[in-house]
Amino acid sequence: MSQTEVTYQKKELPAKLNKIGLILLAVGVALGVLGFFVDHTRAIFNYLLAYTFLISIGVGALFLVTLEYVTNADWSVPFRRIVEIFAGIIPFLAILVIPLLFNMHDLFHWSQKEVLATDKVLAGKAPYLNVPFFIIRVFGFIGIWFLFYFFLFRNSLKQDKTGNQNLTTINIRISAIFIPVFAITLSLTATDWLMSIEPHWFSTIFGVYYFSGTVIAALAAVTLAVVLLREHGYFDKRITNDHLYSLGALMFAFVNFWGYIAFSQFMLIWYADLPEETSWFIQRWAGNWAIFSILLIIIQFLVPYIALLSQPSKMNPKRLKFVAIWLLFAHLYDLFWIVIPSMPGMEKGYIFSWIDFVFPIAIVGVVILIFNMLAKRVNLMPIGDPKIKRGLDFHL
Amino acid sequence: MNNGRKIFGVSALFNKPDDIINAAKIVAGKGYTEWDVNTPYPVHGMDDAMKIKPSKLGFVTLFFGLCGTAFALLLMWYTLSVDYPLVIGGKPFFALPAFIPVTFELTVLFATISTIIAMLIFFFGLPRNNHPLHNTDYMKKVSLDHFGIVIEAADPKFDEYKINELLKSLNPVSTAVIYEKEKVRYPIFEPKFITFLILIAVVVSFGTYLTLNKLMYITPFSWMDEQEKITPQSKSEFFSDERGMRLPVEGTVARGFIPYPFMGVEIPDKYLSNPFIPTEENLTLGKKKFLTFCSPCHGNFGNGDGRLRGQFPNPPSLHSTRIRNFEDGRIYHVMTNGKNVMPSYASQITRDERWAIVNYVRVLQRAENASDSDIEKIQ
Repeated sequence: MSQTEVTYQKKELPAKLNKIGLILLAVGVALGVLGFFVDHTRAIFNYLLAYTFLISIGVGALFLVTLEYVTNADWSVPFRRIVEIFAGIIPFLAILVIPLLFNMHDLFHWSQKEVLATDKVLAGKAPYLNVPFFIIRVFGFIGIWFLFYFFLFRNSLKQDKTGNQNLTTINIRISAIFIPVFAITLSLTATDWLMSIEPHWFSTIFGVYYFSGTVIAALAAVTLAVVLLREHGYFDKRITNDHLYSLGALMFAFVNFWGYIAFSQFMLIWYADLPEETSWFIQRWAGNWAIFSILLIIIQFLVPYIALLSQPSKMNPKRLKFVAIWLLFAHLYDLFWIVIPSMPGMEKGYIFSWIDFVFPIAIVGVVILIFNMLAKRVNLMPIGDPKIKRGLDFHL
Repeated sequence: MNNGRKIFGVSALFNKPDDIINAAKIVAGKGYTEWDVNTPYPVHGMDDAMKIKPSKLGFVTLFFGLCGTAFALLLMWYTLSVDYPLVIGGKPFFALPAFIPVTFELTVLFATISTIIAMLIFFFGLPRNNHPLHNTDYMKKVSLDHFGIVIEAADPKFDEYKINELLKSLNPVSTAVIYEKEKVRYPIFEPKFITFLILIAVVVSFGTYLTLNKLMYITPFSWMDEQEKITPQSKSEFFSDERGMRLPVEGTVARGFIPYPFMGVEIPDKYLSNPFIPTEENLTLGKKKFLTFCSPCHGNFGNGDGRLRGQFPNPPSLHSTRIRNFEDGRIYHVMTNGKNVMPSYASQITRDERWAIVNYVRVLQRAENASDSDIEKIQ
């Protein structure tokens, strides 16, 4: 088809974006600190779920970047830079983790020495679940992700200036190494941060379950950014609804994947009916938690499934915007459903508290700030990529 | 020139996918309706160029998929929780999580099969088994390395000369007029087609037979055939007595088993008392068991005139005064322990059933020797 030149003019993001981000972050942090003094445990559990949500977006975005490289995809090249910017959350994870590490005793009762002395099961798990090794893992994984992010992003930026095709080849190699590393690190991250809140319970599929949510969150964030930026003309005009269709189809696929994995986890545990495995689901069926569990199916699976089922709906920017926001909320809700029922004091059912609504405000602020900061410095399209013309000419 | 044959349409061949998209755009712009494009592989952007509306086939798939969902759930609900409720793994009769995989499978099955059938009937026009374009030079080229476009004679704006001019203006490799072959009245009964169907049937049957009866039993697929477990009659290398079948632990009692204290005693000094009241239900059971186990020798009414007359010594009538004066426990003892040539029925008839038979025998005896007051009651 027509092989016209890429006509990309960098357009500054509006200045108010920075302001909005700062205000949201300030409000979130102020209320969060207040919440910390009002109800210490509740605040730290909410901080944990907010933190894992940021891992989802950051590391999930890095996975999407590498996925594009290893599959040699054309269609996603024009907005790969957006995905790379979202992966820019990764270095900040190392700073944001610090409040959690100082409050580990509230989160994880395997970290308390008194518990280990009386609890044989936890004593048996101690070679893996102990504080020094946990901290090594946390920073080790962030370090590994950062290295991959750093080299991929650096090469991609270099290509903007030089157009050197070899950089793509190098990035494909880095990506091929990253994917198995990602599988292991993300599974262990899910085990460390989410599964070990209830250290007696275990589910071998849990890492995959978290992975499915991770990709949904990252895709939703990317879709939302792409639709908004395209609406306001930050991209080449040749990004068509066909590109959006591919994003929508991927989201649809991962919504199905989430449903499949979540149901597999539930059905196997329900069918085998072993006390050491069912405890987790019984807790999530206690009192009004049952309503939350049913809502999870509706929010995370049924609504996005129906919203994305038909072909035109995957191409409709308005629909995609709605679904992207919905899915970001759904992943947050999924994490809420994983973390909060395990909190001490929640055994009989959910007890309302304003603290639960504080941290999502801060997350939105943090993501906007990081996005704005990185987007200011770089082109929003990888203009030096050898595949960008084919990517722009993509048609279904 | 046309040898009296009917024109099917005018075709043009192109070399490059860009050319065919351009041609499709122009032909669609001229307002033709009955035309089509043939390419060796799917060309991206063709739907837009041809101004094709999205296919309606998806709705057929959705509708029948939902039918499959409803059918699966209704089927499992009716069979497993209404008609024949069975406790499986301690789960509730309507165990939704266990039904989900089946529901999913049936949804997919209904959706795919209905899609294929709808495609064959509505989109391919099923009785038609061929298309005029098949077996033409045009089709041979577009399935190899050319991109073709055909405007059919069925189009209301069809004009051979004009269309030829239009297509030639698009710089094609070549243009040609395609003629229809003689119409066959019933294409489905064409010998070639029938032979083809039979061939498919034979291949599919043979393939299925081979897979299910032979291939499944070749070593790498037959893991389930060779198992580590020891079957009851096989030799065990683990136990010192080399028996695969183990004896139950000493003192093991079967569930519901109640020991009989006078087993093996010819005439005990006392008998058990009858624990059952002769209700209608109990007597119905007794009648059924009596007719099954006792009547071959004792006869349907206990007269000693059974169907086996001559092959075994005749048992005495159950209506003699001596037997009528037996306690219930004594009749029970005879059934449990056996008497003379009559063997023990303890292993064939359960304890409760034997007592039910006793009650039924009492009914027979009373009916045979009914007093006048009994008859008055009935009247």
